[in-house]
Parts: sequence; C-alpha cells; structure tokens
Amino acid sequence: MIDVCGAEKTFMMHLQGGIELPVVRGVSFRVEPGECVVLSGPSGAGKSSILKMVFGSYRCDGGRIGIRHHGGMVDLAAAEPRQVLSVRRSTIGYVSQFLRAVPRVPSIDVVAEPLTASGMARADARDRAGALLRRLNIPERLWSLPPSTFSGGEQQRVNIARGFICDLPILLLDEPTASLDAANRAVVVELIGQKKRQGVAMVAIVHDDEIRRVIADRIVDVTAFASAA
Amino acid sequence: MVEPRSDGLEDPPLLVAEGLGKDYGRLTACKDVSFVLYPGEVLAVVGESGSGKSTLLQLLSAQLTPSAGRVSYRMRDGMLRDLAALGEAERRFLFRTDWGYVHQDPAQGLRMAVSAGANVGERLMAVGWNHYGRIRDTASSWLQRVEIDTARIDDAPRTYSGGMRQRLQIARNLVTEPRLVLMDEPTGGLDVSVQARLLDLMRNLVNELGLAAVVVTHDLAVARLLSHRVMVMKDGRVIETGLTDQVLDDPREPYTQLLVSSILPV
Amino acid sequence: MNAPSYNFAYLDEQTKRMIRRAILKAIATPGYQVPFASREMPMPYGWGTGGVQVTAAILGPDDVLKVIDQGSDDTTNAISIRKFFGKTAGVATTTSTAEATVIQTRHRIPEAPLHGGQVLVYQVPIPEPLRFLEPRETETRRMHALGEYGLMHVKLYEDIARFGHIATSYAYPVKVNARYVMDPSPTPKFDNPKMDNCPALQLFGAGREKRIYAIPPHTNVVSLDFEDHPFARYRFDAPCALCGAGDSYLDEIVTDDKGGRMFVCSDTDYCETRQAAGHRGSESAAPHREVAHG
Ligand SMILES: Nc1ncnc2c1ncn2[C@@H]1O[C@H](COP(=O)(O)OP(=O)(O)OP(=O)(O)O)[C@@H](O)[C@H]1O
Ligand SMILES: [Mg+2]
Ligand SMILES: [Zn+2]
Repeated sequence: MIDVCGAEKTFMMHLQGGIELPVVRGVSFRVEPGECVVLSGPSGAGKSSILKMVFGSYRCDGGRIGIRHHGGMVDLAAAEPRQVLSVRRSTIGYVSQFLRAVPRVPSIDVVAEPLTASGMARADARDRAGALLRRLNIPERLWSLPPSTFSGGEQQRVNIARGFICDLPILLLDEPTASLDAANRAVVVELIGQKKRQGVAMVAIVHDDEIRRVIADRIVDVTAFASAA
Repeated sequence: MVEPRSDGLEDPPLLVAEGLGKDYGRLTACKDVSFVLYPGEVLAVVGESGSGKSTLLQLLSAQLTPSAGRVSYRMRDGMLRDLAALGEAERRFLFRTDWGYVHQDPAQGLRMAVSAGANVGERLMAVGWNHYGRIRDTASSWLQRVEIDTARIDDAPRTYSGGMRQRLQIARNLVTEPRLVLMDEPTGGLDVSVQARLLDLMRNLVNELGLAAVVVTHDLAVARLLSHRVMVMKDGRVIETGLTDQVLDDPREPYTQLLVSSILPV
Repeated sequence: MNAPSYNFAYLDEQTKRMIRRAILKAIATPGYQVPFASREMPMPYGWGTGGVQVTAAILGPDDVLKVIDQGSDDTTNAISIRKFFGKTAGVATTTSTAEATVIQTRHRIPEAPLHGGQVLVYQVPIPEPLRFLEPRETETRRMHALGEYGLMHVKLYEDIARFGHIATSYAYPVKVNARYVMDPSPTPKFDNPKMDNCPALQLFGAGREKRIYAIPPHTNVVSLDFEDHPFARYRFDAPCALCGAGDSYLDEIVTDDKGGRMFVCSDTDYCETRQAAGHRGSESAAPHREVAHG
C-alpha cells in the first residue's frame, strides 16, 4: 500500500540566516495491507516529518512516496496538488498529534465531517460519529459543543474519532494515545486492531512501549535515516 | 505509474490564468501570474498589503484589462473562452449569473437602501425571473442558509450588523448558483467571533455547492480553513504555491516563512 | 406673427434643426434617450422647457396647439405656454383634443383617443427610469445599451414588499418596442395603456437633463410587472361627479370650506365635451367648474 523509497527532507531556515536543517535522508520502507508499521527513534529524529511526507503535507526534496490509490500507484512526492487531495479523500487518513478544529463547529460534526465530505447523508454520518464518540467515552452532553474548550485528552479523542471514522485503506497515526488514560488507551488499541483486521495499512508513532508491543507488526528505526549522521 | 481515475480529476479546468500582468505606469502591480483552477477548488491568494492581490482579483474578473497575459473561463457550454474576447454584454451576464464577487466592504457589494429580499432577488430578476412570490421564497430560503432571520427580509442592510451584511452579500452572490466566486478579504474588518461564524458558513456553502473560489486574504487562518491551495504573492509576483498545508506547514521561500512565523498558531 | 423681434417659435432655425435631428434619432430608436443641446428658454426649468423646445422645433404655421397641465387647459402653466406660442409663432390654439395637431402636456394623456397625424409632447423632469437605484449615469447608460433591466423589477419588488402591491402610481416604467425601458414622465399609470399602439406620435423632452425620447405611432408599449402582480390600471370607486364618465382619471376637488369635496375628470376638455353632449353626473346641479378663457 505504501512504498517509500529514498525520500529525503531538509528544512531551509531563511529567518535564521539561511541555515540548512537536514532532517532525514534515504527513507525507505513498505507497508502492506493489514500491517501496522511503527516508526521509532528519539525526539527530533524526524518521525512526524516522515508521516507528514507520507501524507503530503511536507514536500520531499528527493525520493518517492508511492501510494496505492484507486488501483494504481501515485508518487506523492511528485503529485499535483489535486492528486494529493484526491489521495487524501479516498486513500489516506491522518490522525495528527493535535486537533486543529474549525471554530464554532460542534464536536459531533467535526467527527462526522470526513463522511459528509465524501457524500454521506448528514444524519447517517452523525450516527456513526456518535457511536465512535461514545466508544471513546466522550459524554453525550459535549457532542454539541465545539472542541476548542475541551481538555487535552478530550480533544485528542475527538481527533481520533475523526481519523478513525472513515474506511480508508491507509491510516497514519501520530501519537494517538499520548494524552489518554489507561481505559481510553485500551479503546484506541482496540480500534487499531479492528482496522488491521479490515486490511488497513497503518504507520504509527507511539512512545508507550507497551502499546507499541501490542500494535506493531514491524518497527522502523528512524535514526537509520538521520541525515546529519 | 498509473494515473488515478475518478474523483473529478478528469474534469477540465474552470479558470485558467496565463502570464497575467498589470502595470500602472512604471509600477508593476502584478506580474507573470499563471494558475489553473478546477471546479470545486478553493485557491487562497495570500500576501501582505500592496502585494497585488486585489489587482489580481480584478484581472481575473475582467474588471481590469491586463497589460500582459490572459484569463480564460470555461463557459456552461463547456467551451474555454478568453475573457478579453467576450463582448461586454456576455461578460456582464457571466458576472451576474455564473460568477460571484464578494467585496471586503459589503456596502460595495450590496444596495444598502434596498431591502435584503430585493438584494438577494436582484440577480434572479436580472435573469428574467418574473414571479414575485417565487423570487421572495427563494430569497427567504437563502437568508435562512446564511443564518439571517427571515423576519428581517424587508429591512435594508443599512440596519444590519457587519457580519449580517457580509452574509447577505454572500447570499446575494450565491442565489444564481454560480460556479466561481471571487472574494476579496471576505472576513476583513469583522470581530474574531463574527469571522469564525462567517468562515464556517462559507466553508459549508463551498462544500455543499461545489463552488470554485479564489479568496484573497492576508489572514493565513482564513486560508487554512477555506482553501485547498495557496498562492503566496510578493511585489506582484507569485513566489510560492502549493497545497495549503504544504505551504503553511512547510514554507520554502523566505517571505512565506516570515508570513507564517509572524502569525499566531492557527 | 405679432412679435417680429423673435424668430418663428422663439428658437433660431439652427437650434430647431439640431432638436429635429435629435427627434428623428429618437423616433428611429423608440424609448432611447437621445442627448441634445438644451437651450435656455424664457421660463424656469420646472415649467417644462424640454417640452417647449420640442414643441418649438416641430411647430409649423398651420398647426393647432393645445397645452394641458395635469389634464387642465387652464392652469397658469398651460396658459402661459399657450400664450408663448401664440405670440412667438402665431399659431392657432385650442382646448379641444380632437382639433389639436400638437398637444403639449404635463402629467396627463388626454382621455379622448388620439388620432394619426397628432403629436403629443410630454414635459419630462427626470428621464432616467433607473436613477432611483443606480445614480451613476455611466452605469445606467450601459444598462440601457445592454438591456439589463433587472433593477427596474427591484423597484417594483420593493413596492410589493412594502405595500403589498405595486404602489408606484406615477412615472410607472414601461418597455418600448420590446427593447428600451422608459420613464413615461410623471403621468399617472392610469394613462400607461394609452401609450400602447397609439396612432399619434409621442415625443418626450427633458430640458434640464437635455434628453429627448420618442414613441412612434403604433408602437408596442408594455408596463413592467410581475406574473403574480400584474399591472393594474387604477380603479375609481365612482364616476365623474360632473359628466358621469366611468372611464376617466379623476381629481378630487374641494367644493367649499366645510370640507365638501367631489371627484371630477382631470381632463377638463373631456369633461366639458361630455357635459355639452348631455352627460350628467351626481353633482351636475352644483355650479359648473369655472372655465378660464385661455
Ligand atoms: N489603480 C492603481 N493605480 C496605481 N497603483 C495602483 C493601483 N492599484 C494598485 N496599485 C498599486 O499596485 C500595488 C498592488 O496593489 P493591490 O491593491 O493589488 O495590493 P493588495 O495586495 O490587494 O493590497 P491590500 O492587501 O492592501 O489590499 C500597490 O503598490 C498599489 O499601490
Ligand atoms: Mg487588496
Ligand atoms: Zn367628467
């Protein structure tokens, strides 16, 4: 599903006198359907950057990001913006580290939006969103409120619900359990297991060793790609 | 590599700008701007004051004649036409039906002394609607869509708040179901909370109607919320362009980095 | 001619030719406002200098002139214009609609049907029907040129929204020959149907605004409206109190200082002609309206 080959990324910091900040080089790994690959490495090693390159938010300076999309392979490193959008609509989901919510939109609609955006009726989408929020222990009285005033853990669960609601063949997870308690961590682990059984290819970043052990089919050590080395 | 199918990727472009430029004497307000806009796509044009954003919008809408380059638009019959080659009548008709233009100052986009209902109904009457009841019903359903109390349908926008005026302006533009909307700082001059409501509304309408839009803004939060793609302008030129999150999260040009770093996190 | 110090009909021949050219152009493009170089006339603008210049340009020595003001031949305005042409052109004048060859009018169209060969000259204060909503002259001209008349319906929409019906009762806009929208000058909308397919030539002169427009004989003139709020003429509850006419435009007149009032034809010639023919209304016993001796 994912075939990353020799991808590299260097940040050029113009505001800091044009210093170059090489992040990763020679990033290569593959992910098969139903497989969860966990990226590991110390803070600052470039894990999130790689995830963002796979999602297309960070542009690559070299290499390719092969994604199976509508039965063909698309190189996201070279794709047109519209093609990237198309891939995001129907192939790749992404649970970011922090929720970036639209002001004023109720949590339930924040969660349901990926479904309505792909054409599902609002009522059906809300039903599914509600079921997921319930499973993640978000009390029903919060559903109609925008998540901006929620606690860190609540926001993260809304974010997870939004990421997991779609049936996309690829899911990228950036520290989905970071600010959650044990009970909710267990729910997320369950959700990941369910996605695997559905054949979803996943790339995850998790710091918790125990969770990593449970979900990882394979671990890719990012320090190997550190370009400063 | 196999080209992906479906997802509207095979749709032909709606608006094509090629090498657009505008000089005012020795001053270059806009130079060598090229881009393609597809149906349903929202493009944000960002840059600071004086960077040529409004000039570009006026060139795109044929309110200004370019010094160089051209703008083509796909008409409803599927033909891509050079705007400069359209007759004035045709251009104005396009403007009233297939295009919307949302001004920063609602007073420029509304008839301030005429009732809200007539403001919304005007475009319908301009294309020959001749049934008062139907015009009024349509106007009233549009007021609802932009969250204006229909009890205010007979009030003039003079009596409306800034946010309501802007929402009314949007209704007035969308009533003929245009395919392209151009917006010049649509949230400028509004309170933050009023802006949020307007942005949310615009996002929903753009999605529901599958509108293509060019939104000029200096507010990166607006670009982030509304657009698929961003074009960064400086001194009349496009210096960086790409997917909105690419440009805002991974800016490459010094100027874009400065823009992104000088705002609060969004 | 009893005032040899003036040229015939006051204006010099060159000015009249200029005005005639504008009139010909106006006739060729029915409803279109033709600019002309309006001259100072020996009367204030409010007195219909536009109509007076048009009349001066078309008047010949054999013409018979009638002048009405709000339907009446005997207001100060009507009398002075009639006198003016009597003096400067020496033409015959009349109060009879049927006998006149040229009728200059302010605010009315005579009730008696006009016939071929007659010319009706309107005095126009504001020729631009779109001005109400679009004050920019460059823009209104473009709207006329491109036939963009949605704005006219905005005005009618506002009427209905505010009053429940199209309340515009004067200067009610019309579309001429399916092309130009035109302001028929402040005539009551009651008169609008008379403009349609009229055998007489209708000329409109706006002095201050320097515009002339025309409706050639037998031209299609349609009052703008909505399907569900069609144009309606105007209904009076009772017939004329003097002549009993049920088809004429009525003015309310105060009959005494105790609040007595009655409704009578605004077209004095029509009313008198009917009375002379023996028609009677409810108040016919009351003293006749005074008839001035123009
Ligand atoms: N009509 C004009 N005549 C002369 N110079 C002009 C004219 N319009 C714009 N300019 C100049 O062109 C440049 C670009 O102006 P423009 O209005 O397009 O900027 P903008 O990016 O829209 O700015 P803002 O964000 O302040 O609205 C500026 O230097 C401006 O002064
Ligand atoms: Mg501007
Ligand atoms: Zn009478």
